[in-house]
Amino acid sequence: MADIDLSSVGKTFAGTPALQDITTRFDDGEFVALLGPSGCGKTTLLRILAGFEAPSSGQIRIGTHEMANAQTGANLPPEERNIGFVFQSYALWPHMSVRRNVSYPLEIRRFSKTEIARHTDAALAATGLETYAHRMPSDLSGGQRQRVALARCLVSDPCAVLLDEPLANLDVALRATMQGVFTDFHKRTGATMVYVTHDQAEAMAMADRIAVMDQGRIQQFDTPQTLYERPKNRFVAEFVGRGTVVPVQEVAQAGDARQARILGAEVAVQSARAERQVSHVCLRPENLTISESGDLRSKVARVTYMGGKYLLETVTDCGARLFAETRARFDVGAQLGLTITTPWAFSEE
Amino acid sequence: MMNVAQQNGGSRSEARLLSAILIVAICLTLAPVLRLFVEGVTDQGSPSLTLMRDVLAQPSTLSALKHSLVTAGVGTLVSLVLGAAFAFLVALTDLRAKAALVFCLMIPMMIPPQITALSWTQIMGPSSVLLKTLGIAPPLGAPQPLYSPEGIIFLLGIQHMSIIFLTLRAGLRSIPQDVVEAARISGAKGLRTWWQVVMPLTFPSLAAGTAITFVTALGNFGIPAMLGIPAGYATLPTLVYQKLAGMGTTVLAEVSVLAMLIGVVAVAGILLQRLCQSRQKLHLVGSTSRPLALPLGAARLPVEILLWAVVFAILVLPMFGLLATSLVPAYGVTLRFDTVTFASWYEVLFRQPVTSRAFANSFGLAAGASVALVMICLPLAWLMERRKTRLARLFDSLLDLPYALPGVVLSIAMILLLIKLPFTEATLYGTIWIIFLAYLARFFAVMFRPVQASLKQFNPAMDEAAQSVGASLYRRLRDVIFPLSAPAAAAGAILVFLTAFNELTVSALLWSSGTETLGVVIFNLDDSGETGMASALAMTIVIVVVVLMALIQLFSRRFPKGVVPWQT
Repeated sequence: MADIDLSSVGKTFAGTPALQDITTRFDDGEFVALLGPSGCGKTTLLRILAGFEAPSSGQIRIGTHEMANAQTGANLPPEERNIGFVFQSYALWPHMSVRRNVSYPLEIRRFSKTEIARHTDAALAATGLETYAHRMPSDLSGGQRQRVALARCLVSDPCAVLLDEPLANLDVALRATMQGVFTDFHKRTGATMVYVTHDQAEAMAMADRIAVMDQGRIQQFDTPQTLYERPKNRFVAEFVGRGTVVPVQEVAQAGDARQARILGAEVAVQSARAERQVSHVCLRPENLTISESGDLRSKVARVTYMGGKYLLETVTDCGARLFAETRARFDVGAQLGLTITTPWAFSEE
Repeated sequence: MMNVAQQNGGSRSEARLLSAILIVAICLTLAPVLRLFVEGVTDQGSPSLTLMRDVLAQPSTLSALKHSLVTAGVGTLVSLVLGAAFAFLVALTDLRAKAALVFCLMIPMMIPPQITALSWTQIMGPSSVLLKTLGIAPPLGAPQPLYSPEGIIFLLGIQHMSIIFLTLRAGLRSIPQDVVEAARISGAKGLRTWWQVVMPLTFPSLAAGTAITFVTALGNFGIPAMLGIPAGYATLPTLVYQKLAGMGTTVLAEVSVLAMLIGVVAVAGILLQRLCQSRQKLHLVGSTSRPLALPLGAARLPVEILLWAVVFAILVLPMFGLLATSLVPAYGVTLRFDTVTFASWYEVLFRQPVTSRAFANSFGLAAGASVALVMICLPLAWLMERRKTRLARLFDSLLDLPYALPGVVLSIAMILLLIKLPFTEATLYGTIWIIFLAYLARFFAVMFRPVQASLKQFNPAMDEAAQSVGASLYRRLRDVIFPLSAPAAAAGAILVFLTAFNELTVSALLWSSGTETLGVVIFNLDDSGETGMASALAMTIVIVVVVLMALIQLFSRRFPKGVVPWQT
């Protein structure tokens, strides 16, 4: 069992809070992504899980073991946590061969020679590195280096693997391949993985659940679909997908169905049952259809070709900026009508 | 402690190890300095300034102070003129073979001052073997021109020109070419660019270099001892030496005051240097992509010839004098094919028990100090980089003190600290251990700074990666940090070895029969008139120095930036 439990974890650096009151649970075997803009605290949270930083408040458990507790001052050092960590800079030891880099964790654990050889071979095979075993890290490409780093953390069978923006230094094509490598790795090992990234496409593609972070807090922790379709607040709505948040002018409740007035148009909206009062809706391109008879009259302000389709940035008569997608080409300045269909509504104080 | 561990996370063993090593390092480097200060302001255990007043009122103190200030001050001016001229020409123009020139200019700094003095006396004066051989020696009875304040000033100037050269060259190289180009575009011409743009930008590094040169010249013992003692011209370091050598430890309190006096003047110089260096950092804005390179045009060849001629005169010529003296059967005989003999070499290298003992002592002390300092400095520099506690930062700003302070000051401080070990009747004074501990203190910064420079460029993720796979602090130091900083540690170790192997100032005050070092033996051989043997020994040491320097140079590409002192 390697659930990760955090209860009211906080961290301040020289008086400035970097993390505030994080209480959450990552389940055993889950692939969790920590997503957020730079400076949101996601890397700090990861480094606290690893033990490189100690929390200023709260406590952390992995499985049944307490890792850190700010009250008692207990903080298990990283070397005793049995976690794997993959660095953005790979952090391969340049003076050791690929094989030695991978087998080093087993040396530390005093495995026998034959055991070391067996596990190392398995880890190298799992990452497709057999033929590179005797190279030095400086002779490898970026993607190969990251695979060595992955093999190194897989070899010692850690109870959780923490990854700190592991693909940030790779080019776009390689990033897609490596996403596949990570997903396969996760399927095969069933290890709990916590993956820090600022790239939402990356998080959506790989994670079971995504924790969207901002200003040191988890804003929403849900599956990719839920995050996209049912954002909890303005930050999540705008950060995930191409959402535009607009205020709701009036709401009418009829049973389960809700009718709202948005930008002057009457629209049926969806919202969480628990939500008594909604104040804003999130408009994504798929909530907007372009038609001659659309209620919202707007003008095209910018056209971006997206390959097979166009992204239109339009300005409505009342001044709101909305994004719509279309297969037909429009010119800048063209007038068109937009219809809003069942957007997600939430309440924002 | 708790607070520190909380702030930085990581393992508590790091915090514990850091405190442990830091305490050892502070005891080694700062405790002696503190002990000296206490001695100066107390009298038999109670605070008193009477002793200080008495010593400072003695005429010998005042004249030595005056001599020290004059020789160090004017000597610094000589260094300034020579070093600055070389630095401007090497750093700013398109001279050829710059690397060779820089290497040659570094040699004077690495050759111990007593050998510099010895070699120069061999090419001047009536008994110079070289001059006799060439038939241009002054008549017998003519005075040795170097046995004079002017001689001391001249040799101090040559000995320390490398310091000015290095600091100024580093400063000049950090001036980007576009600064001068911008001045030209704005309409500034020729010398105007020079005075209004280049000079103001180099002033801080020039001032810093001058201050540290003055401090080094002030603490120099070898040159005023070899040249000044025969002339009856005492500086503060030689006065301390003469008093201690003449009257033993009974005058310890008195010489402590003298040592403090040197220390105070030196600290003033060090503070000035720090101030200038911090001001220089302000100038280091913008890219330094392309340093200045002014074409010399037709003047290039004449300038090159001139520079190499100067190098020949200050480096090669004295060595010829030394060589000539070492190859004649008796001092004063002319060197001819039929008089050449290796008797002095054979005698000094293989026959004399005192020299072989000195070789063993110096080798053991230098090698021991190198190894011990690697063991202390490597983990300490690493831990100080990882956890910047207040104590660690304070130590970082003070650890240069034992190296920057004149050797005489450190030696007296060491005697005071170790003459009677606390809680026992034992003493380390007169044993080899006091020299060893003094070397550790003195050369601590020589080892620490290159290692620190290389660790600053070290990616902390390397260590964290090892931590995350379960490696303990000891394993990480052994398997990751040590191998990766080994080149810097090696460079530091060679530098420590080089300086300690040749050292005279500290051991001159701390040696006793059986614990002579090579520096002491050369000094004593020359003092007792065995100039031939002294020269042979000095030549041997010069060869060792040049070989070791060449070794560092050879591997310099593998060292991180800032590790080899003459490649900053």
